Amino acid sequence: MDILKQPWAWYVAGPLIGLIVPALLILGNKAFGISSSLRHICASCIPANIPFFKYEWKKEIWNLFFVGGILLGGMIAVTFLANTNTQIIDPRLAAELASYGLHDYSQLVPAELINLQSVFTVKGSLLMIGGGLLVGFGTRYAGGCTSGHAIMGLSNLQWPSLIATICFMCGGFIMANFILPFILSL
Amino acid sequence: MNSQSDLDFEKRSLDAMCVNESHLEHQWYHNLKYLAAGSLVGIIFVKAEVVSWFRIQEMFRLQSFHMYGIIGSAVLTAMLSVWLIKKFNIKTIYGEKIEIHPKSFNKGQVIGGLIFGLGWAATGACPGPLFAQIGTGTVAALITLLSAVAGTWIYGYFREKLPH
Repeated sequence: MDILKQPWAWYVAGPLIGLIVPALLILGNKAFGISSSLRHICASCIPANIPFFKYEWKKEIWNLFFVGGILLGGMIAVTFLANTNTQIIDPRLAAELASYGLHDYSQLVPAELINLQSVFTVKGSLLMIGGGLLVGFGTRYAGGCTSGHAIMGLSNLQWPSLIATICFMCGGFIMANFILPFILSL
Repeated sequence: MNSQSDLDFEKRSLDAMCVNESHLEHQWYHNLKYLAAGSLVGIIFVKAEVVSWFRIQEMFRLQSFHMYGIIGSAVLTAMLSVWLIKKFNIKTIYGEKIEIHPKSFNKGQVIGGLIFGLGWAATGACPGPLFAQIGTGTVAALITLLSAVAGTWIYGYFREKLPH
């Protein structure tokens, strides 16, 4: 049990995530993809007569079960397999965050910055609402996210997925190194 | 398949990577196996700190190998698996032939990809980790997820006007 309660190494977690691809294919011909669930949520709740959301979302309901499972897995992990120590952060990142007054690594997100109250602050709303809008808009425009393109698409040797993955990384580098420092200093 | 369901399949496959390739009809509880598979993903995401905002920041600052190791080894494992499935013509548990939808290129992968990347680094989470974060009790992730649903809706609304 001790090993289960430590944070898992990349060479354990990575191959396990990779095995989800054949698992879904063998369980029922399903392609690993998570962001499509956002589209199915739109199609089932707020289709608003938009052609992009007018399809039989019930045929894709497996995907909603799958993301529901991810949520459940998060609950199981914190309840039964919680990491015993706080996260260890690279000292360079810690120094950078400290310069913006962020010192709390006890949660998965910086608790001083991303919490329910900070939705009403400039920084908090930019990161949560602004960031969330970019994630949802961008992933659908790109036709997939890290799971659909970077893992599923690359594993099937799809070159459009390679281009998408490279663009994901470029966008991330630009945000983390050039835009985020500005937002955090607001 | 009749033409109506062909049309619906076309529509579902628009810009969506995950298209249900199965042509079988099942009772709803057959979906519970995807709930189980998702739970495993959620546990791995949390235990390997893939859901951590801090790990994503380290990745984009080249301060840690962790996320590159995870994504890289996941891709290699998945690639080998897909190759084996094709080579040995492995069937689903229902005996169906396994089909994988090919992806065609459009400008969205570049423009949308860059936009998604910006959001990924800002929120410190891509869509999968958002669901897992909510499960861990990070309530603020619910705001991010709802915003992501809104972002997807906005894309759907303006889709015809965007370059593809």
